[in-house]
Amino acid sequence: MTISADHAAQPAAQQAAQQDPAGDAVSKFGISVEDYMLPARHQIQMVGPGGTLNAHTEQGTQPGHEYSLPSETELMAAYEQLVIGRRVNDQNSALVRQGRMAVYPSSHGQEACQVAAALCLAEGDWLFPTYRDSVAVMARGVDPVQTMTLFRGDWHGGYDPAKNKVGIQCTPLTTQLLHGVGVAHAAKLRGEDTVVLAMCGDGATSEGDFHEALNFAAVFHLPVVFFVQNNQYAISVPLAHQSVAPSLAHKAVGYGMAGERVDGNDIVALLAVLGRAVKLAREGSGPLLVEAHTYRMQAHTNADDATRYRQDSEVAEWVAKDPLSRMQTYLTDRGLLDDDRAAVIAEKAEAVATQLREGLSEEVPVEPQDLFKYVFSTPTPQLKEQSAMLADELARDAASTATASAAAASISREAGK
Amino acid sequence: MSPTITTSSEANGNVSAATARAAAKAAVAAEQAGPQTITLAKALNTAMVDAMHADPSVLVFGEDVGMLGGVFRITDGLTKTFGTSRCFDTPLAESGIVGMAVGMAMNGMRPVIEMQFDAFAYPAFEQIVSHVAKMHNRTKGAVKLPMVIRVPYAGGIGGVEHHCDSSEAYYAHTAGLKVFTPATVADGYRMLREAIDSDDPVMFMEPKKLYWSKDQVDLDALRAEHAANTERGTSSEGRAAVARPGTDATLIAYGPSVPTALAAAAAAAEEGRSLEVIDVRSIVPFDDETVCASVRKTGRAVVIAEAHGFASMASEIVARVQERCFHHLAAPIRRVTGFDVPYPAPKLEHYYLPGVDRILDAVDDLQWED
Repeated sequence: MTISADHAAQPAAQQAAQQDPAGDAVSKFGISVEDYMLPARHQIQMVGPGGTLNAHTEQGTQPGHEYSLPSETELMAAYEQLVIGRRVNDQNSALVRQGRMAVYPSSHGQEACQVAAALCLAEGDWLFPTYRDSVAVMARGVDPVQTMTLFRGDWHGGYDPAKNKVGIQCTPLTTQLLHGVGVAHAAKLRGEDTVVLAMCGDGATSEGDFHEALNFAAVFHLPVVFFVQNNQYAISVPLAHQSVAPSLAHKAVGYGMAGERVDGNDIVALLAVLGRAVKLAREGSGPLLVEAHTYRMQAHTNADDATRYRQDSEVAEWVAKDPLSRMQTYLTDRGLLDDDRAAVIAEKAEAVATQLREGLSEEVPVEPQDLFKYVFSTPTPQLKEQSAMLADELARDAASTATASAAAASISREAGK
Repeated sequence: MSPTITTSSEANGNVSAATARAAAKAAVAAEQAGPQTITLAKALNTAMVDAMHADPSVLVFGEDVGMLGGVFRITDGLTKTFGTSRCFDTPLAESGIVGMAVGMAMNGMRPVIEMQFDAFAYPAFEQIVSHVAKMHNRTKGAVKLPMVIRVPYAGGIGGVEHHCDSSEAYYAHTAGLKVFTPATVADGYRMLREAIDSDDPVMFMEPKKLYWSKDQVDLDALRAEHAANTERGTSSEGRAAVARPGTDATLIAYGPSVPTALAAAAAAAEEGRSLEVIDVRSIVPFDDETVCASVRKTGRAVVIAEAHGFASMASEIVARVQERCFHHLAAPIRRVTGFDVPYPAPKLEHYYLPGVDRILDAVDDLQWED
């Protein structure tokens, strides 16, 4: 391992490959650094709610904020994940209703953001998700049943973060952004070209760690893409009560990084914007902030009642902007999707749903001694004592159950005489 | 010395044994051989220097730890020796420092970070409690966080508000954190090396009033001891020490209160009373065995700590000893702690801090007439 002595001193090859997108934009388009860092005047949207491709001039792009259309292969791979993601959300919500899972924060309506966040990264990159980002975690390759361990209630986590390079699904808001910053920093010090995509929601941007993470990433010039899914509500509190900034993407300029807004229900634009952000970060641009406008179609969780704080008419407006249906129309019109292809994809989605149903219906016995096993690498004497105490309690419980059932059996034998 | 350390690209950047030996040798050569009088500050600094030579994944960062060498100069010279990639200043944000360290530890580094003062660590409390302490548990051991959070703590330096808190109980109360606090110069070196070696996160509580306390130590001998321990897979972790042997009663203290307890024991000796002083050293894990062995022997005990007594480490120690040594006790265990008031202003702190007289009064109360 080599750690260069100074932050500024990087290997020559890396330095040559490094770009200065702000400087490039300034010289190429004659725009100011601020205009490069501030988001484009309009959100980036390539395919509108109706499923038709916007004219190039109507995509929200402007000099320094240019995006190219993803390839057909990328689009089809993304569509497949979209269909799977929707199926996963609906299946999990059903499993909660059936009492097979404790809770599920659904990303129904936000699947385009979920899928794009996972697909824009390379194998060696890291994703740092929140509790609502199960679909992104699965799209990154984590086993669906392992992903749901947290929500089933067997343990606080079910997968090894290092295996798929996916951080734990974090509940304390924006704390995970700093972990992403640390992962990127360690990689940078070793001269690796890892990019980190760290996710949070609109409400989370009010948290202190949001500020600290963006500032640290910017000061240390780290390859982190901060991806804010603005789904309009933090449980019940609308965005207007979180921030009066022109947009959340506008916060980027305050940290000296570039920000962009994108239609969060348009996976074509999401792939383009996040794809470019990851590429720039990998090339040495430093961190970037992407805000996606989307909508949480369902309640915060099954324990929430969304009718107390928002109108049905508002929800209905967003039904028309659904990420799946617009993509289905667009791909069908382009001749990429037909009934046969759709059937194959639907089958794959159903297979994942079956995996979840079967995996979550299975009674997995919990191991009480696991309570003590993982607090430290080696249990302390105090934990060993407590573990022995629980073992003793359980042994006595088992013995008295055995005695009771022996007695019951004896009584029934007597009665049978 | 070359600021760039290049080694094989093994996982976690472990250097080869030969490189480690060569680096240790160079470090040793720079020091004067044999016993010498150094401060706790120097011992802590040397521990970091040696750990950084031995393992390129050890990084030091925090506020003012770079060119300044820390407000207490504990990181003095590290940036000069190891470069700004291995010892660097961060933006002024404690949650950011701890949160970034979590990510770095997840990705192969061993961060040693400084919270400038006890009370300045509170913005990082969420990261410490919700992530540093829990990551290993929630991932069933898949993720280890080998990180050290150094906290200069406690009072006695005439510090203004927010600079003198004894915050150890917050961390000790959180499952998943080890909590160490050295009271001697030699333990400064020994325990910080062990904290950096630990695969679990360690809250390393440094009694700031003892930073400039001096003692004769043989750094070479400490290095040899560390190397021998590493080879054998042993350490002094989790063990209390008998700081002064005695027979009549036990004074149980840690960190900044150990010298006070020793002074009280010296004064008691003049009055013909033999007090044993136990230096707890490791708050988590706690050494019930050594502490209880002493109390069983003497039959009397006083627990001394600077922190407020209510719901404190001192309370915990009393409870543990009482549960285990009840039939050996000749008197209820007494606590001499700070009062249950916010840490006082400099001109009032001597009324607040446990002192020799207050300790001896408590010893006098241990029902000697029976």
